[in-house]
Order: sequence, then C-alpha cells, then structure tokens
Amino acid sequence: MKVTVCIGSSCHLKGSRQVVEELQYLISESNLKDRIELSGTFCMGNCQNGVCVTVNEQLFSVQPSSAKGFFEREILARA
Amino acid sequence: MRKFDTKVQYLKYKVLREVARFEWNNQLLENVLNIPQIIIPGNTPSMRCCVYKERAIVGERIKLAMGGDKTNPNVIEVIGVACDECPMGGYEVTGACRGCLAHRCEDVCRRGAISFDSSHAARIDKSKCVECGQCAKVCPYSAIINHKRPCEQSCKVKAISMSDTKAAQIDNSKCISCGACVYQCPWGAIMDKSFILNAIDFIKRSDSNKKFKVYAVVAPSISSQFTPAKLGQVISGIKALGFYTVVEAALGADMVVWSEAAELAEKGFLMSSCCPAFVDYIKKMFPDLVRHISNNLSPVATIAKYIKEKDSTSKIIFIGPCTAKKMEFQTEAVRPYVDCVITFEELQALFDSKGIDLGNLEEDVLDNASYYGRIFAKSGGLSEAVAQGLKERGITDFKLKAVPCDGIEECKAALLKAKRNAPDGNFIEGMACVCGCIGGAGCLTHGEKNKREVEKYGAEALEKTIADAIRVLK
Repeated sequence: MKVTVCIGSSCHLKGSRQVVEELQYLISESNLKDRIELSGTFCMGNCQNGVCVTVNEQLFSVQPSSAKGFFEREILARA
Repeated sequence: MRKFDTKVQYLKYKVLREVARFEWNNQLLENVLNIPQIIIPGNTPSMRCCVYKERAIVGERIKLAMGGDKTNPNVIEVIGVACDECPMGGYEVTGACRGCLAHRCEDVCRRGAISFDSSHAARIDKSKCVECGQCAKVCPYSAIINHKRPCEQSCKVKAISMSDTKAAQIDNSKCISCGACVYQCPWGAIMDKSFILNAIDFIKRSDSNKKFKVYAVVAPSISSQFTPAKLGQVISGIKALGFYTVVEAALGADMVVWSEAAELAEKGFLMSSCCPAFVDYIKKMFPDLVRHISNNLSPVATIAKYIKEKDSTSKIIFIGPCTAKKMEFQTEAVRPYVDCVITFEELQALFDSKGIDLGNLEEDVLDNASYYGRIFAKSGGLSEAVAQGLKERGITDFKLKAVPCDGIEECKAALLKAKRNAPDGNFIEGMACVCGCIGGAGCLTHGEKNKREVEKYGAEALEKTIADAIRVLK
C-alpha cells in the first residue's frame, strides 16, 4: 500500500511533519513496515484542505490530531 | 529601492526581459532584430561611441540571452565587441608621487628599475620591471598603482588573458564558471549564457502544469534578493509565472548534510561537493584530490532527484545566485535530475516580462527545510550544519575540524595544504564565491545585509533540526 504525505510548504506549515511522525510510529507499532510504503511529495494541488495525504491515489485531509483515527480507518482497515 | 548593484546588470536585465517578453507570445523570431532598437532608441549614445556600437553589443547580449554559442561548452562567454580593451600597463607611477627624499621604492627594487626625473619624481623602466609590486607596497603616498584589467583581477584561477585582438579571452581548461568576471567587468563584456528560453518553453509546454508539472527549486539566498518584496510575494510571483510549486533547495541541503556527516566520519577526511565551481576547480587543478570529494550530489541535484523519483514526468528548474550551476546541470551526474538553471537576475527579468509586480501579490509560503539547510547559503554555514549532522546522528567518536574556505583563494590555500598531506582540518568546506552563495554572480544585490537576511530566514524555519526536516525523506 502506498501512503504519500504532502510535505510542500503549505502542508508542512499545517503539520505534515507531525502527521508523518505519527504515521511512522503507528506503522511501526502495527508491524506494517514491509507492507506500507510511506513517502513524501510536494503539493497535491489541494492546499486549502491540508495536510494532504493519499492512500493508493485516494486523497484525504488529515490533521496532526486526527492522524491516529485516519490510520485506523483508512490504513489499518485496508492493510 | 534599487534592484541592481550596477548599470551593467540593469542593461543585461533589460535584454533578458525583452527576449522573454516576446518568447511568451511566440513572437521572438519576428522581433529579435528589433530588440536593439527598443533598448537603444534615438541617435544619442549613452554608453559607447555611437548608438550603432551600442546596438551591436545589445545584439550580442541577445545571442547570450538565447543560449549563446552552442559550440563553446563554457557557460561564461566574452562579448568581444563589448570589451573596452582596458590598459594593462602593470605598475605605474602616478601624479601622487611627491619626489620625496627617502626613495624607498628605489631601495626595495631588486631589478634597478626605478629612476628619478628632473623634478625628482620616480619612473619605472618597463624593460627591467618584473611586476613584483614591492615599490607600490613601500611608497608612503600610495603613488604607485597596478593597472590590471578588472576581469583578470577578479579571476583568481587565472583563466583570463588578453587575446591577439586585445580583447579578453577565457581559457576553458582553467575556468570554473564562477562568474566573478561577469560581475566585475565594468563594461559588461563577459556574460553568462542564459537558459530562460528553455524555462519558458517548459512552462508553455506544460499547458498550465496539466501535461507535466514544472517545479521551481529555489536557493536559500533568495531570501535576500527581492526586498522590499516579502519572500512570500516572491513565491507567489514564481507561481504566477506558471510554475506548479516552489521547493527549497535547502531541503536538499538537509538531506546532503545528513549523509555527508556519516560519510565524513567513515572516511576521516572529506571535501564538500555543494559548490560546483569548487568541485570543478579540484577536477581541473588538483586531480589527485578528486577522491576526497564527497559522494553526495549537490543539494539542488539531491532534492531534484527526490522529486523526479516521485513525479517522473516533472521538469525541474533551479533558481539561484550561481552561474556555475548552469555548468553543473549539464554534467552527466546531474543532467537526469535538473532540467534548467536560471539566476535571480533572470528571474527578475521573467517577472517583469510578464508584468508581475511582486509588491501587489498576496504572500504565499515557503517552508520545507531546517535552519541548517538554509544557512548553507553563507560561508561557514555548511560546516555548522555538518557539526549538527554529526550530533544528531549520535556520531561522537569523530572529532570534526572544519576548514570553511570563503572564496576560491582560500579554497586554493586549503587544497595546496591537502595536497601536501598537511590539511588544517578534516572537512574542507569549499565556496568559490566570497561570502558563499550570497556572493554569487547571479545575485541582484550583494552585501552584508544579505548575510543578515539569510540568517533571519534560517531562524524562521519551522524545523529546528535536520532530522525533523527530512523525516519522511530518509
């Protein structure tokens, strides 16, 4: 599964680093490191709704505070 | 506020602006021959002997704005007709000589080249003088000066000499494309080739970033360049030109320093690979030391490589202060990642060619890198970042002794010591331009305030550590 977090300036300022940090931790906790490819990209063209995250091309809007719920709903459930 | 340091830069900018203006509208070919008349109107010369010569020189500048001489691999070219063939008489006695009693000049001259005329003023016999300069040093009135061409004076790698026609010529086997001569020639007779047409072409062909995305990677020194406009307005301006988004080269610097710290600790001795002119200098003048150059790509190439890996059809245009980057992006190692390089001077020309007034734009944001990635732009910043990299990686058994070299003369001194196996330290930070990248030839302005601006911009970075900035990129 491919999970991509926008690390462009706008999303970065909205907390993409914290989202990445949280996802890295949760992926590692759930032993999913081999099955999930987490990477960054610059701008998904949806800056107003940052932090932008895609899971297999599907676009989501995630906040640092909602990262855990997002992981459980959209990543763990599909993994 | 003044946009440029000199009128030479302003003239160069006007040519670039006009070329770009026509190119956006696909009208360059029909209009290219009219540009000299647009820039030099009327019949009264303002710079040279007549408007015809002024226009002829503008014609040569247009060629360079359109990519220059394709048969010459060097990105720095002499405009022969613009060269004023400055006198280069060497040491001469000026009217400031008071014909004193001491005659220190005569005593210090080992060649017996100094004599005195009937009014007791010193004279130099050119058939005996070897241009050692001792007489000039000892004269208490500074009455003896050295007539040297500004281009030759600026070229610390001694690549410039006088050709048979008396115009300046560049020895490509010595030139490192740093652009010092471009900035220093008071006649603007040496210019860097421009790739603005390639940049415009990418933007047009992208069809508003629908066919592929055009990324601007900007050097950290951008923070000091477009004042009084805010950096956020500059970012808006770049996007208004048609770029998809703007990414900091400083994030590439964070990535470089993370891996360079480990490489340094492993090898025990390393030379930085960030400055393309420094790397070229080692290759040309110190081939035995090439093995000590860091294996890392430069920060720009590193971040460009990452972007291309995620977005394979993207086009990446670097915008910076550097003429040597125009050489670097054409090398085999960097060509796959960086598609085009333009300078801040050229960016200003592009803004104005589209009538973009930065002061009227909303402020966008630019924040990818850490403090340490951003201060790469000033001399000594890289060394500070490497020290931080070692600390963050927990490498404690290696003691860093950095040798920050500010300008190519200091680089040369450090390399000579390294060649004799007696370097002053274990990490040589080489920056060909004095002050580092903020002193680059492609900057609109140069000066002490630029260093302060870069430090301020560094301190504003959201990420305070290198590890945090590259968290997902590692």
